[in-house]
Amino acid sequence: MPSSTKTFDSDFIAEVQRESEQDLALCYQCGNCTAGCPVSFAYDYPVNQIMRLVQAGKKQEALSSHAIWLCASCETCTTRCPNDIDVARIMDVLRHMARRENIVSEKAVSAFWKAFLESVEKHGRVFELGLMANYVGKTGKMFTDMDLAPMALRKGKLGLKAHDIKKLAEIRGIFDRYREQKQ
Amino acid sequence: MSLSYAYYPGCSGLGTSLEYDTSTRALCRSLGIELVEIPDWNCCGSTPAHAVDHLLSACLVGRNLGIADDMAEERKLDGIITPCPSCLKNLKTTQHRLADPEFHRKVELVVGRTLKAELPIKSVLQVVVEDLGIQALAKLVKEPLKGLKVVPYYGCIMVRPPQIMQFDDPENPMALDNLLAELGAEVLPFPLKTDCCGASLGTTRKDVIAKLSGRVLDAAEEAGADAIVTACPLCQMNLDMRQSQINRANHSGHNMPVFYYSQLAGLAAGQGETSTMLDKLCVSPRPLLAALAGHTGEGA
Ligand code: SF4
Ligand code: SF4
Repeated sequence: MPSSTKTFDSDFIAEVQRESEQDLALCYQCGNCTAGCPVSFAYDYPVNQIMRLVQAGKKQEALSSHAIWLCASCETCTTRCPNDIDVARIMDVLRHMARRENIVSEKAVSAFWKAFLESVEKHGRVFELGLMANYVGKTGKMFTDMDLAPMALRKGKLGLKAHDIKKLAEIRGIFDRYREQKQ
Repeated sequence: MSLSYAYYPGCSGLGTSLEYDTSTRALCRSLGIELVEIPDWNCCGSTPAHAVDHLLSACLVGRNLGIADDMAEERKLDGIITPCPSCLKNLKTTQHRLADPEFHRKVELVVGRTLKAELPIKSVLQVVVEDLGIQALAKLVKEPLKGLKVVPYYGCIMVRPPQIMQFDDPENPMALDNLLAELGAEVLPFPLKTDCCGASLGTTRKDVIAKLSGRVLDAAEEAGADAIVTACPLCQMNLDMRQSQINRANHSGHNMPVFYYSQLAGLAAGQGETSTMLDKLCVSPRPLLAALAGHTGEGA
């Protein structure tokens, strides 16, 4: 039986604990994290419920949530948790796991991150115009920021040229060795 | 006291926040803070890297920390500084996690070199207000920003999480308030000073930005501010470049200039346009500045 269909997946709980280095049992559901979370209005599960899903070993529900992709990494939850749980780090770890399991509930967000990192691998620094073109290519969507392009170009805020670093081989090496490590 | 730092500008400083980088360098120069750019620095990976994998994020940051180690062997450095809170958080988080020997070893393997990563890491703002001291600014001010009503907007991660950032108060920071008051501006109380603008969701989820950045703009207007002052390239972009999008989504009519604090410092120091780069702002501050100059009788 694949782990994702278990209703209580203790391996999942252990994995989140290990990767995030946080003790999930400390959460007593006070809701402080949710009270401060700015993106709650757009979440399917507020962040304290994500915490509860993880405590309850509900892997499928947690990893397929939209919330983990919409989290803005603003660190309010981590700052306000009375039990010093690094909640934002747990949200990070859930995204990592969801990507590994190929569960991506917010395709555009994931595509944008992918295009961003490809830009870093290619140039060593982010080349914003290239990143945007890559993102449009990946999502097949018309670029929703098209209205801003003329202004950004006029202000010289969208460089037409990439600022490649000199030792690009070092960056490529980092990405290559990172992928080897992860295998 | 002469201060010398390894400077990490961050990618946005080459494009969308060119005016922040330029005015920051000018501010440091006039305060006698020496910035030595980290040679051939690479992108720290920003949010996408840590959202995708913590090892990858640490390794991208690690290469820069390694180059800074090399710099410190050759000259005296007081630390590493960056104007960008997102870069800062990645630098500091990585340094923090490298304290774990097993993680340290893994990162060194991937980066392909040894890492000390012991230099203190700070934001430019922190160095100005803490290491140098706010009084140093007073000497700089030639044209105080009299009559300019501003709200200071720190964004979420300049001071958070406190365990990592170790700067000011995580709920009610005052560094920017104090600095702006020193420049002669009227600093209004701003309850949303550390609220999130929506961060990097701008490209992907406009609804989130319209709500969160829209709320910041609404509150600034309600407070009676002429302008918002930021210390973060992402906040500035969401509030300034996206202000027209936000207005459309929310049926609002904001026309609120959004400065970097370093631009206002340059203005107060009487620095010219090549340093302050006010023309880079999407919502023009010209009418506001002209009205102020007219009001104080100093000529537009
Ligand atoms: S603030 Fe902490 S203890 Fe409270 S619900 Fe959130 S994670 Fe649990
Ligand atoms: S880090 Fe994410 S989950 Fe936590 S408060 Fe911010 S947006 Fe919400």
